[in-house]
Amino acid sequence: MPHFAKPPAGSWTQHYPELGTAPVDYTDSVDPAFYELEKVAIFRRSWLNVGRVEKLPRTGSYFTRELAVLDTSLIIVKGADGKIRAFHNVCRHRGNKLVWNDFPGEESAGVCRQFTCKYHAWRYDLTGKLTFIQQEGEFFGVDKDQYGLKEVACDVWEGFIFINLEPAESLTEYLGDLAKGIEGYPFHEMTSVYTYRAEVGSNWKLFIDAFAEFYHAPVLHHKQAVKNEAEKLVGYGFEALHYELSSPHSMVSSWGGMAPPKDPSMVKPIERALRSGLFGPWDRPAIEGLDPLPPSINPSRSPSWGTDSFEFFPNFTLLFWAPGWYLTYNYWPTAVDRHLFEANLYFVPARSARERLAQELATVTFKEYALQDGNTLEATQSMLASRVVSEFPLNDQEILLRHLHKVVADRVKEYTDAAAR
Amino acid sequence: MTEAVLPADFSDLEPFAATWCLATEAERYARRMASTMAELEAFYQAGFPRIGEALGYCDKFPLDGLPDDAHHLLQLVHSLIMVAMCVEIWHQPNVIDGADAVLDRVAEPLP
Repeated sequence: MPHFAKPPAGSWTQHYPELGTAPVDYTDSVDPAFYELEKVAIFRRSWLNVGRVEKLPRTGSYFTRELAVLDTSLIIVKGADGKIRAFHNVCRHRGNKLVWNDFPGEESAGVCRQFTCKYHAWRYDLTGKLTFIQQEGEFFGVDKDQYGLKEVACDVWEGFIFINLEPAESLTEYLGDLAKGIEGYPFHEMTSVYTYRAEVGSNWKLFIDAFAEFYHAPVLHHKQAVKNEAEKLVGYGFEALHYELSSPHSMVSSWGGMAPPKDPSMVKPIERALRSGLFGPWDRPAIEGLDPLPPSINPSRSPSWGTDSFEFFPNFTLLFWAPGWYLTYNYWPTAVDRHLFEANLYFVPARSARERLAQELATVTFKEYALQDGNTLEATQSMLASRVVSEFPLNDQEILLRHLHKVVADRVKEYTDAAAR
Repeated sequence: MTEAVLPADFSDLEPFAATWCLATEAERYARRMASTMAELEAFYQAGFPRIGEALGYCDKFPLDGLPDDAHHLLQLVHSLIMVAMCVEIWHQPNVIDGADAVLDRVAEPLP
C-alpha cells in the first residue's frame, strides 16, 4: 500500500517515458575508454560548481582547484571590480604552475594584490593581465597584451561559483527552471561551514547513486536509529514525496526531518540533550526566507516534508533540510574508478555554545551516515569491474540514478556522433 | 596534580580534560578510534549527565568571548558528541558497516 500518491502514469519512472524501465547498464562506471569520453563530452562543457562566494570575501581573495577531470588547475579570484574570474593556473612564460604553496599538486587559498610566478617573477594582475616581465629587454618583442592568463568562463548563481571550459549556454540557462525555483533561499545567511573530503575508490556516479536514492536508508542505516524506530522504518520502506526531472538536472523530495521528533524516546540520548540530530538542530534559526520556501523546495507542499536533494548535472548536489540548513556534495573524478568527494554543511552562524553544539551534533551524525554510504562504494566498484553482471534493475525510487546514467550516456553519444560526422 | 583547566563546578571531569579537550574534529575522531570501549564508556558516563549544566555555564558568555575554562568545557562537550556515537549506538569505536571508509573534516568553525 503506497503512502504517497504517484503520477497518473502509475510510477515516477513511467511519468518520464523517455527513461524506460529496463535494467541499467553500469559499464559506464568501469570502462576506462568511456571515462575518457565523459571528460570531454560532459565535464569540459558543463557548468561545474567550484565553491561559494564566501570563500572570496575581499579584493584579491583567491583559491585554486586541482581538477584532474579537466586535466587542469584553476585559479578563482575576486577582482577590484568585485567580479569573480577563473584562469588556468599556468604562467605564460614557460608553463610553470603559477599559484601554489608548499606542493604544486595541493590546492591553496589566500589574498594577494597580484600573482607572481615563482620561476621568473612574471606578474599578472587580478584580471589576468600580464603586467611585468623580468628583464623584458631580453625578449623579442613580447606584447604583454597577448600574454595574459588563459581565462575560463566563470559565473555565479545564488552565491555558488561555477566554471565551464567550453560553455554553449549561460549558467542560468544551463541550470534552468529547477534552479530558478530555488532562488531566494537564504544561502547568504548560512555562512558557518563544515567541510569534509574523502578520496573514494569508485566511479564518481556511484556516490551520486548512493545519495540520490533513499531506498537504502532504512536498511543500510538501520543501526543508527534506536531499535523500535529502526524496525518501524524498515517496515515502512522508503517512498519519496515527489520526484522531478528537468533534464539534465533532477530532484527528490522526501518526508522526514521531524525536528523536534514527535516522540523524544525515538531518538538517541545525545540528541535529546543537545536538541539536534541528522536532520539538523531542532530549533530553527531566526532568519527570513525559510517560510514560505522558494517554489522548487518541497514542491508538493507536503506538511511532512523533511528534505530535498537536487542533482545539478553532472557532479553537484544541493540538499536542503527542513530545519533551516543545507549541504552541498561535489564529486570530482580522478580516474574511472576514483574520485574526490567533498561535502560542505552550511548553517546560520551559532550565537551561543548551545547552538554551536547542536550544529556539531548534526555534522558528526552526517559523517556517521556518510561513512556507511561510502563503505559500499569500493566493494561495488570492484564487483562491477569484474563485469560478471553489467545490467541492473532499478526501482521507481531509484529514478534519479536511472536518469543520471541515461543523461551521461546521451551526452557521450551526442559527442561521439558529432565527432564521427 | 596538574592545574585545573575546567570551571570549578566541573572538577569531577578534570581527569578527562587532558585526553578530550581537543580543538578539532580530526583530533577527536582520531582519539575515539584509538580508545577502548572501556575508556569511551567511562568518559561518557561521567560527562553525559553534565551536558545540561555545561551548556548553562558556557552560555553565560558570548561564543566569541569564552574564558579559557568555558572554552575547555565546550571542547569537552564536543568530544562527548563524538563518544556518544560509540556508546549509544555502535558499542564499538568504529561505525558499524563503515568498513575502512574515511571522511576527513578539513574546515570547521572552531569552538
